[in-house]
Amino acid sequence: MKLALLAIALLATPAGARAGAGGAGPVLVGGGDYRAVTGGPNEPVRHVDPFLLDALPVTNEAFLTFARENPSWRRDQVPRLLADPGYLAAWADAQTPGAGAPPRAPVVGVSWFAARAYCAAQGGRLPTEAEWEIAAAATPTARDGRRDAHWRQTILDWYARPNPAVLRDVGLGPRNFWGAADLHGLVWEWVADFAASIVTEKDGRFCGAGASNAPDPLDYPAFLRAALRSSLEARTTTPNLGFRCAYPAGGSR
Amino acid sequence: MRRDIPGRAPAGSLLLVLSCAAITATAGCRRGRTPEPDAVLTPTDAPAVPPPVSDRRPRRDVVQLEVQEKVMSLANGVQYTFWTFGGHVPGKFIRIAEGDTVEVHLKNHPGNKLPHNIDLHAVTGPGGGAASSFVAPGQESQFTFKALNPGLYVYHCATPPVGMHVANGMYGMILVEPKGGLPPVDREYYLMQGDFYTVGAHGAPGLQSFDEEKAVAEKPTYVVFNGAEGALTDEHALTARVGETVRLFVGNGGPNLTSSFHVIGEIFDRVYSGGGTTIQENVQTTSIPPGGAAIVEFKVEVPGTYALVDHALFRAFNKGALGQLKVLGPDAPGIYSGPQEPRPLTEVIRRWFGAPNAPATPVAPAPPPSAIASAGEPTRFPHGQETYRMICAACHQSGGQGVPHVFPPLAGSDFLKADKARAVAIVLNGLTGPVTVNGETYRSQMPPQRQLSDQQVADVLSYVRTAFGNHLDPIGAAEVAAARAVAGPVVVAGTP
Repeated sequence: MKLALLAIALLATPAGARAGAGGAGPVLVGGGDYRAVTGGPNEPVRHVDPFLLDALPVTNEAFLTFARENPSWRRDQVPRLLADPGYLAAWADAQTPGAGAPPRAPVVGVSWFAARAYCAAQGGRLPTEAEWEIAAAATPTARDGRRDAHWRQTILDWYARPNPAVLRDVGLGPRNFWGAADLHGLVWEWVADFAASIVTEKDGRFCGAGASNAPDPLDYPAFLRAALRSSLEARTTTPNLGFRCAYPAGGSR
Repeated sequence: MRRDIPGRAPAGSLLLVLSCAAITATAGCRRGRTPEPDAVLTPTDAPAVPPPVSDRRPRRDVVQLEVQEKVMSLANGVQYTFWTFGGHVPGKFIRIAEGDTVEVHLKNHPGNKLPHNIDLHAVTGPGGGAASSFVAPGQESQFTFKALNPGLYVYHCATPPVGMHVANGMYGMILVEPKGGLPPVDREYYLMQGDFYTVGAHGAPGLQSFDEEKAVAEKPTYVVFNGAEGALTDEHALTARVGETVRLFVGNGGPNLTSSFHVIGEIFDRVYSGGGTTIQENVQTTSIPPGGAAIVEFKVEVPGTYALVDHALFRAFNKGALGQLKVLGPDAPGIYSGPQEPRPLTEVIRRWFGAPNAPATPVAPAPPPSAIASAGEPTRFPHGQETYRMICAACHQSGGQGVPHVFPPLAGSDFLKADKARAVAIVLNGLTGPVTVNGETYRSQMPPQRQLSDQQVADVLSYVRTAFGNHLDPIGAAEVAAARAVAGPVVVAGTP
């Protein structure tokens, strides 16, 4: 009941009044219930309270500032235990993103440890998988577009394009219902509990049976994200994996 | 007795030592020390097959596969982002012996977007290696299995959503030869059928996306052999010589459609059904399910071009499931005569037309195919040639010679020569006969080709008018645009 009231309240709020809509700062994402696409029959429904989420992925220039203030996260100083050798590999050197990593493009090649440290330094944290998925379920006009076949195909089209040599700037994708952009179609993003979506051979959901208990077996983008997350270790970096931060709603940064 | 695989990579064991050392640092060798391998395998891209393992004792092999997501051609003018084992569809062909122990290294190229893995149907163990080989972009995984069962096995990616990974081309085959090896043959080839699902319709140009809805509905836009239309036709056709025995390792990646594999004009002398050990003899068409395989063998006795098809024929005719085997060598008239003295049904023709002047004498026989310029020859109009190959050649034949009594020739056609504007109109609007070409009357119907652009019509006509020994002037797109305004089927009852 409480949730329903909240949802109504959010829906009644004019778009322009939502926190940070249209800007680069955090936007308010209404909560909801989330069940992982890879969840088994006993997978609990996770309840998510409203939270703030960066409207855009973290950029190279922002991460450069962070690395300057926290030299232990520089490419030439980070311990191998906390980031594999692909860490910030697209940067020209430890202090210069360079032509391969434009200032306003999303930072990639960061480990989960590094992403977490960055968010902590901003007074935030990485979003949970449930939070990220709820934010990413929104289309430009609806808070949950997961069953919108056209929207799903728009997301899938990303996989039909090879990775560009240089990523584009953040913020050029359409704003979604919450005012966030580039959750799809630019880079993968870390979540705090990336290992929660682990799919293993032991539970029989790894392969063909992967969809047998899924809330929506047609949500292919969700399967792709779950698979990507479960292939990662906390020190892993890849050339298309970035992140954005979350903050408590009503809290201060 | 052969002790090693010909063509093995030089310094193979050194390679392994280095990679294991590197992996130890990342906890990859977590199952303990890996024994020294006897050989590093050199798997091949289709349609090539590694040499036979012959009669040797089991040994320890290393195979390295790299997953590459890359844009390649799916059909003429159509690109697709394929996910591949080794940069091609199908993936590399691996050949080992029963009892071998195989160390599989799976690299995921750092430029890839997605995690991948491999499920080899030759593996005895959970997931066929899937979970053990699961690997993020920029990483490498490793596992080892012992090949207990001989046979021809499919391998594929098994990362969710599995169907999408397979639909994007992530499959290949591994052959486990039985003890003593397969009997020797003259030629071995590797091919796999696969169905593809693009957002655009069949033939829609440009970079095409995977269409989830069509995939779930199992309605492919393409069904092809070896990952692309034309991968096994014309200059890419398989070849053999008369008297040779051909062995095809045929797999089906699917993900959805069962192949009714057939070679038009041949009978499979032997089929290892399912890729297993039971041999079925004298088979016309063999069923190959997705994730399944068959070994087919046949001796080629008669020269000519043999079409490899999925006998669910709309797939061959409209979706690309067509390959070719070209057999060269002396004619074998005792086995197959070829056409014997075509005889016009003079009396029938007279009655049909009620015309006393219908040809009463046999028409000049069509020139032998060797005398006709083939559709593969250099031309000033390569786009027209491609359109001709895709649309026109089915009836008018690749050399423009037509089919006697059925489809009129374009090579040396007096009908074509007589009226340029009429030719344009026929391509646009179709033609309902009868027409007389080079003295012979044809009653077939030609469907309109209005889906072609003005430029495409101009190109294909220009090609036809300058190929096959024709020396007519080409046609411009403006002429076609003008003609397109004229609607309705052309009824041409007459002569040049």
